[in-house]
Amino acid sequence: MSKWSMQKLPKWIWIVIPVALLLGSIALFLATNPLKPLGVVAPPIEEVTVERTILDEEGIHLTVRVNGSEPVRIAQVLVDDAYWQFTQKPEGPLTRLSSAKIDIPYPWVQHELHEITIITSTGMTFSHTIEVAEPTPEWSIQRIAAYILLGIYIGVIPVALGLLFYPYLRTLGSTGINFLLTLTIGLLFYLLIDTLQEGFEMSQQVAGVFNGNLLVWVTAGVAFLIIFALGRRGGKAPEGLSLSTYLALGIGFHNLGEGLAVGAAMASGEAALGSFLVVGFTLHNLTEGIGIAAPLLNRKTKFRTFVFLTLLAGLPAAFGTLIGAFAYSPHWTAVLLAIGAGAILQVIVEVGTYLYKNTETKSWFTVSNLTGFVLGIAIMYGTALLVAI
Amino acid sequence: MKSKFSRKSFLKTGLFSGATALLGSLITGTPFSRSQQHSNDKKTADPPNEKKPHGGMSTVGLVDHKRNGFNPHEMLTDWDTGEVSQLPNGQTLREYEFVAIDKEIEIAPGVFFPAWTYNGRVPGPTIRCMEGDRIRIHFINAGSHPHTIHFHGIHSAEMDGVPGTGPGMIEPAESFTYEFDAKPFGCHLYHCHSSPLKRHIHKGLYGAFIVDPDPARHAEHSDIARSRLLGSEENESWQEFLIVMNGFDTNFDNDNEIYAANTVAFAYQNEPIRIDRERPVRIYLINTTEFDPINSFHLHANFFDFYDHGTTLTPTREMIDTVMMCQAQRGILEFTFEDFEPGKFMFHAHQSEFAELGWMSFFDLVNNREVSV
Ligand SMILES: [Cu+2]
Repeated sequence: MSKWSMQKLPKWIWIVIPVALLLGSIALFLATNPLKPLGVVAPPIEEVTVERTILDEEGIHLTVRVNGSEPVRIAQVLVDDAYWQFTQKPEGPLTRLSSAKIDIPYPWVQHELHEITIITSTGMTFSHTIEVAEPTPEWSIQRIAAYILLGIYIGVIPVALGLLFYPYLRTLGSTGINFLLTLTIGLLFYLLIDTLQEGFEMSQQVAGVFNGNLLVWVTAGVAFLIIFALGRRGGKAPEGLSLSTYLALGIGFHNLGEGLAVGAAMASGEAALGSFLVVGFTLHNLTEGIGIAAPLLNRKTKFRTFVFLTLLAGLPAAFGTLIGAFAYSPHWTAVLLAIGAGAILQVIVEVGTYLYKNTETKSWFTVSNLTGFVLGIAIMYGTALLVAI
Repeated sequence: MKSKFSRKSFLKTGLFSGATALLGSLITGTPFSRSQQHSNDKKTADPPNEKKPHGGMSTVGLVDHKRNGFNPHEMLTDWDTGEVSQLPNGQTLREYEFVAIDKEIEIAPGVFFPAWTYNGRVPGPTIRCMEGDRIRIHFINAGSHPHTIHFHGIHSAEMDGVPGTGPGMIEPAESFTYEFDAKPFGCHLYHCHSSPLKRHIHKGLYGAFIVDPDPARHAEHSDIARSRLLGSEENESWQEFLIVMNGFDTNFDNDNEIYAANTVAFAYQNEPIRIDRERPVRIYLINTTEFDPINSFHLHANFFDFYDHGTTLTPTREMIDTVMMCQAQRGILEFTFEDFEPGKFMFHAHQSEFAELGWMSFFDLVNNREVSV
């Protein structure tokens, strides 16, 4: 084809041709089965993931999601190693990524463990453990209020208490402030690792096709970049109130994750007895308030700003407990935790930048700073011990 | 799957009552503690389906016996006496053709198992003959793996059907003829003895080999011998059934997902075996369960006499209602429901786990005229 005739063709043809060739090559591949000489007869890979479990007086209700190169047929359901009657909605084979409700009229026993096994038509088995059977909470205003209050207790109150240190913190000199900022970085570093780890744990329960771990990494990375770009849209790194706001936002995401876990655990009866642990939790989250206060120390701050920061950092815990209790799904939880990790990473970077700019020697790898960093991690680790028994 | 909430271990230990206590003072009514109270009172949720049969413990749906090509109800009594002729020396010759076939079978509603079979069925054909008969089995391996037939009984090394003696393992597309005299009398079995042994057996290559006693050889108990001899007048009053206790490992984790009597989970629970309450019952019971060291048979509301391996004409154990069997162990059970009211009587493995995984059955005791078989 000469140059001249090519120019005569409309531009869009250069989208149509490659797309058409792509479709053609796929069709050819499927039609000719070039893998045949490799002797590969792909067995249907099946996967059944239980995404949600509800226990009530009717029995056990599961929401399952399937994955497979061919439709998956759920043939039978075992509860505690016994074949049990069940109904599936919708009925019939389940295509890739579709989900279904399985209702099992099983007389489950409160406080005890139940093991559910799903057998597909090919004899593959998938098991799901209910660690401690508790009736799934039903929506009621009182119950919702209680979950919100629980979230406030573990999220809002500790942050507010942490911010109460503000007047004292203001009396510190610049060395003290720097020390406090490195301490904050230490706290955040701990939270970053912790949040990522929770995200990965959650992703273990995500249907394999969603590629849980990758989802967490990518979401965290993208979240970091977006928040970082937002923070620097003015052309410079955030300082003062805006830095504190980002801190509160990052910690808020983290607390949302914590709220989710608490709510879901409470709803499924996994939270056992011991009121001192709430106290431990409060101590653990108190340090978050101190961290949020740190960038505000060399400027005047209004009371309502503190209220705003407290709610931004703490209130997500209340949403978390609600979502966790009533609408739990592992992949969304993993995504939320990953966003939290990205947000925390952004704050680490920004607090680090702020610290660097405010250090006269421009050398921030000092004994004092390192001590603050390590102490920050140690505080988080230490208070975590209070609640991990 | 792991626990959903390993997020923080404190969750496991504490938050609940902590929150309850703290929130309780903040909210009137304390929903948390109230729900706790409410459910403690109940202890267990109501059995939600009390009116359903067996309390819901069963498989859902039906097995397509036609597609399988065999029916566990027919297997109870489909004795295969072979192609019968006389040898020049007057001995009865029984000839069989066994073909090893790979075949997918439905072992519970909707659950398919890639089985290896003799003649397309699990268990394979039930050989029934008389002590002293000549047995000739033409074995054709139409499967995808080398197989054998190893008969429990008395025979030469050549005919043992194991690797290392005689023809050894019969390769796919090859064949061999096993030949021996049927002895001793009793309730025996045959199975593939190729290696790996576990897999060849649990895939379905086994069956019953029943040798009836020759009354002429057992003068002291000739009546009893005749009652066991298929086709004799004394035998006709008996209701005889074959039950092979077996299991299936559907996900190949060396543990059975399904236990059964004659292959199909809950076959005789969903459709009980009808028996005439006025005639005695004799069960030829064989254990071919793989992966578990023992299996068992328990009869409800009644007791039976047991003949270990069926090699005696007097019971080896009397008046028992449960018998435990090692793998490949077998025996004959005799009992009667003569004075009983009609009704359904359970029998099952008395390992509750096996019972709930499929080895759970019923006799439906009826009056004579109602029995169709
Ligand atoms: Cu074999």
